[in-house]
Amino acid sequence: MSAQINVRLQLSYSGFSLDLDVQLPGKGVTALFGHSGSGKTTCLRCIAGLERANQAFVQINDEVWQDSQSNLFVPVHKRSLGYIFQEASLFPHLSVRANLEFGLRRILREQRRVELAHAADLLGITHLLERAPNHLSGGERQRVGIARALLTSPKLLLMDEPLAALDSQRKAEILPYLERLHAELDIPVLYVSHSQDEVARLADHIVLLSEGKVLASGPIGETLARLDLPLSQGDDAGVVIQGEVCDYDARYHLLTLQLPHSAQRIRVAHAPLAIGKTLRVKVQARDISLSLNRNEHSSILNSLQATVIGETAADNQAHVLVRLDIAGTALLARITRYSRDQLDLQPGQTIWLQIKSVAVLA
Amino acid sequence: MPLSSADFAAIWLTFKLASLTTVILLVIGTPIALWLAHTRSRLRGPIGAIVALPLVLPPTVIGFYLLLAMGPHGYVGQLTQAMGLGTLTFSFAGLVIGSVIYSMPFVVQPLQNAFTAIGPRPLEVAATLRANPWDCFFTVVLPLARPGFITAAILGFAHTVGEFGVVLMIGGNIPEKTRVVSVQIYDHVEALEYAQAHWLAGAMVVFSFLVLLALYSSRKSQSTWS
Repeated sequence: MSAQINVRLQLSYSGFSLDLDVQLPGKGVTALFGHSGSGKTTCLRCIAGLERANQAFVQINDEVWQDSQSNLFVPVHKRSLGYIFQEASLFPHLSVRANLEFGLRRILREQRRVELAHAADLLGITHLLERAPNHLSGGERQRVGIARALLTSPKLLLMDEPLAALDSQRKAEILPYLERLHAELDIPVLYVSHSQDEVARLADHIVLLSEGKVLASGPIGETLARLDLPLSQGDDAGVVIQGEVCDYDARYHLLTLQLPHSAQRIRVAHAPLAIGKTLRVKVQARDISLSLNRNEHSSILNSLQATVIGETAADNQAHVLVRLDIAGTALLARITRYSRDQLDLQPGQTIWLQIKSVAVLA
Repeated sequence: MPLSSADFAAIWLTFKLASLTTVILLVIGTPIALWLAHTRSRLRGPIGAIVALPLVLPPTVIGFYLLLAMGPHGYVGQLTQAMGLGTLTFSFAGLVIGSVIYSMPFVVQPLQNAFTAIGPRPLEVAATLRANPWDCFFTVVLPLARPGFITAAILGFAHTVGEFGVVLMIGGNIPEKTRVVSVQIYDHVEALEYAQAHWLAGAMVVFSFLVLLALYSSRKSQSTWS
């Protein structure tokens, strides 16, 4: 693999230690996911050089930023990165435009790959350029912060819970912009978050951190469905599925998605999309029910045939999580232990699953 | 004319001393304040305490030690003599050194407070936007700490103007060299020239009031910024 990010960090101070060694894809969005105190932010700060790990090796595609073995430490201002902090941290003494130009002016003209007008348009802040930062809403400020980081044409974008300080309405306002970023710019992103929803919506790859160690690292679809990780045990456990648009029913406003490597399809309520486009949906484990027969007479739209792979205990005594497979696409179902025994589920068995609701992510 | 030429000479000398001291203090106080605001070193406490010492020590104590140090047998005095500069006691240069030490906390502390209030975040942001540390200081720290610099300059200047004990100990009372306004007032009183003492003392009261007025009005406008 040529395009990739290698990070090896060892760091400890009183009561906390970070010890990780991961290879991440050199493109797309990688989520660093974990509870607070798991070391996500510290990891991001070490990659940026804002914090110095005792032992470190940081390589972003073809550039080495830090290698403690050869005593190499590229100072933060010489690393081609964009960092988005939890609070936008705009410079209060500068206008929005001057904030955007701050980084832009400090890179060589021939390195500029993002123009101010384009970044402002991408984040919907063109009408705010002449304002002072303290006259912006939290969401607007964060969008300016993101545009400001983009304008340095970074080779890596580091985002430290950029939505955590915002209320849910503001979050909903920014997420589409982040998705556009993901779709339009070819910059790898490391995205720190403790929200499974954000991760499911944005990430292609996920690194699960706990107490400074990596529990898992892998593509989002597989990793969210792994039964051996704490991800799958909670009430909001679920999986992300990428489907290809294959039909649109204008009368009922339903979009049909084809599951990868399978003839099976799911239908979701959505605005029309071009055939062949991929759409990402999240299916919560608690929204899937299982039955031995196809249930034709039901209001439930999506009924699919799947193979039982295995099960694990949920976070309470009454439930179990069942992992299912449809031609390589993993799904999780959260059902009661009682139902499991009634259905007498066995690995390898073929069963029908009903999906009560599907959330379209992007 | 209520003020004599000697009075004017004293005012001019005071102005020169206070201006020079303020400029020197802003230059050397800024790195000290930056260090105190951002360091995690164990020396932070002791250095902070040393800088603050002139706040609590009687000026005569500072003056006494400076007199010994800068005198012909002191370390500083021997050094300046070896360099062919003679001794600094009873000279304008000596007064400047004394004033710098004496007014140090009045400059360093407002700067330190300003830098602490800015916090590390804007510096980190600037670094991630490719600003090197010097660039960051001039384009981010300096503008954000501007109210702190104004306060520091005003306090440093005013406090130097009000200096008496240190001057008397190390500078004595040499016209146009070390006789500042406060010493001139003392001389007038000693000579029972109360009218002239009145004029100078009154001028000092007005000056001090105006300085504090400027300071407090600028503080008010500061709080409306944030």
